[in-house]
Amino acid sequence: MSQVKPLHYQSTRLPAQPRLMAILNLSIAALLVVGLVTSQWLLGDLPQQMQFDARLVPPSSHHWLGTDALGRELWARTLAGLGLSFWVGSLAAMLSTLIALSLAALATLSRRLDTLVSLLIDTLLSVPHLILLMLIAFALGGGTQAVIIAVAVTHWPSLARVLRAELLQLRQAHYVRISRALGKSRWFVLQAHLLPHLLPHCLVGALLLFPHAILHEAALTFLGFGLSPSQPAIGVLLADAMRYLSGGYWWLGVFPGLGLLLMVLGFERLASHLRRAL
Amino acid sequence: MDVRLITLLIAKRLLRLTLVLLCVALVSFGLMMASPIDPIDAYLGPQMAQVSPEQRTLIAQRWGFDEPPAVQFGHWLRQLVSGDLGWSHVYNQPVSEVIGQRFQRSIALLGGAWLLSALLGFGLGLVAGAKEGSALDRVISTYAYITASTPAFWLAILAVLLFSVTLGWTPTCCAGPTGTLSQEVTLATRLHHLILPVTTLALLGVANITLHTRTRMLELMRSDVATHAFAQGASRMEVAWRHGLRHASLPAITLAFASLGELFGGSILIEQVFAYPGLGQATVAAGLRSDIPLLLGIALFTALFVSVGNTIADTLYGIIDPRIKAGEP
Repeated sequence: MSQVKPLHYQSTRLPAQPRLMAILNLSIAALLVVGLVTSQWLLGDLPQQMQFDARLVPPSSHHWLGTDALGRELWARTLAGLGLSFWVGSLAAMLSTLIALSLAALATLSRRLDTLVSLLIDTLLSVPHLILLMLIAFALGGGTQAVIIAVAVTHWPSLARVLRAELLQLRQAHYVRISRALGKSRWFVLQAHLLPHLLPHCLVGALLLFPHAILHEAALTFLGFGLSPSQPAIGVLLADAMRYLSGGYWWLGVFPGLGLLLMVLGFERLASHLRRAL
Repeated sequence: MDVRLITLLIAKRLLRLTLVLLCVALVSFGLMMASPIDPIDAYLGPQMAQVSPEQRTLIAQRWGFDEPPAVQFGHWLRQLVSGDLGWSHVYNQPVSEVIGQRFQRSIALLGGAWLLSALLGFGLGLVAGAKEGSALDRVISTYAYITASTPAFWLAILAVLLFSVTLGWTPTCCAGPTGTLSQEVTLATRLHHLILPVTTLALLGVANITLHTRTRMLELMRSDVATHAFAQGASRMEVAWRHGLRHASLPAITLAFASLGELFGGSILIEQVFAYPGLGQATVAAGLRSDIPLLLGIALFTALFVSVGNTIADTLYGIIDPRIKAGEP
């Protein structure tokens, strides 16, 4: 019988220096998350408030990031947009992780199912993401819900591959074999032994998906397939800005995207820290 | 090299390709079927109100919408095999013609960006990997990490703001000056209109290849080959040039083929920002105006495009893999 290295004995502790950095990053991220989640309530209806005496005003001490064509404060709209992105992105990432987990579990059940799942993965990977997103958003009739589902349905393959490989390896571990030999059911083994082990992978996987989910949500919305134009989503703000570009109203095009970039970068760093910790 | 093994490998990949394409057709057709948007409404547009319910059923009968989805799929597939992709009501042209014309314009954008990003990405990765830990390496790596997180359409907006609006170096839109026939546009004008979209698209694609090549170079610098070369007095750049090129170029080419999907996705956004009348713009128009035959046609066409890229990449991986090369002396 082949010797299989038990996976549990690997230390998950980090050396002191990166650990401090990770904690620092984590706290910054936590602060950001709280800010983003509550931004809807903190800002109230400020992102939609029009000031007709202050239209298309460049950034100043009074209007921090300037105002748009209807005199709405760009800083409030950008923050609200990031908040929206956060909600959509996290829901989509969670849903996507769930899909990845269930399909990975399904794939390890039998050879035939495995072939089926890998064919599905190949199919999804062969259509450009953005076109698939458009097709799904189209099929669901557009709107916030459609975007969340579309992003979730297109982003699971890479995580599913990781989880599948992990599951296949785990199945060979002694404690799983012993559990099976003692007559425990498939379901019991899955929920008692395998799932707890996969949970950290799922968490990191979801975090890695999150930045992609946000970027794709913004792109989809920018093209007009995503969130409704009445919402202050980043994609909507930038699509609006397109109309004013040649007039030299640069702040409309610069700040919403910059906010999105910073948010994506922040979560990307956080995810890679956590992955290294795992 | 074992020719039979390679042939078998390619045959297997081709079979897989056909299967995947069939699945794409099935999935995208199913999605179109599931859509709440009525294709007859979409076809009629504002004339919707002038059409009586009887005429509506007539149209449905003519187009076969009264039949069950499975039968419709069969019809569509049969037409597809005979080369008929249907009629696009947005462009009032056969779908195959729309795709053909649009792709001709897009290929300049896609091809230019693809080549540029592959070359630039490989070069930057090579340098960064050879000078690990140097300031140059840090700059290149940071650049790659940041572009990996940059929204494509935002970068395009910034490019328009800087180079077209502020500096006035490049035109803000389209594939040629407005109001001129496409035959009259000279090659120079065409290139002038292409330069900014191509550069933007290429800059985004660079990150992936750079980071990948850098990792490969780091591997190489720790290998026995490199140690031996260093012992003979070679500098890091010399090792990078002599061994790195061979060591890292095939993986970079493979990655370039595997990233065609991302490139195409990026081109949709870039074409939208620059109002470049290519395939990406047609995709957006088809989606927004519910041109189902065109949308299906584009989905299939791009799937073919991307999976041929993936197949090439997979085959290259196979060739790199020493287990397949084992028959070689």
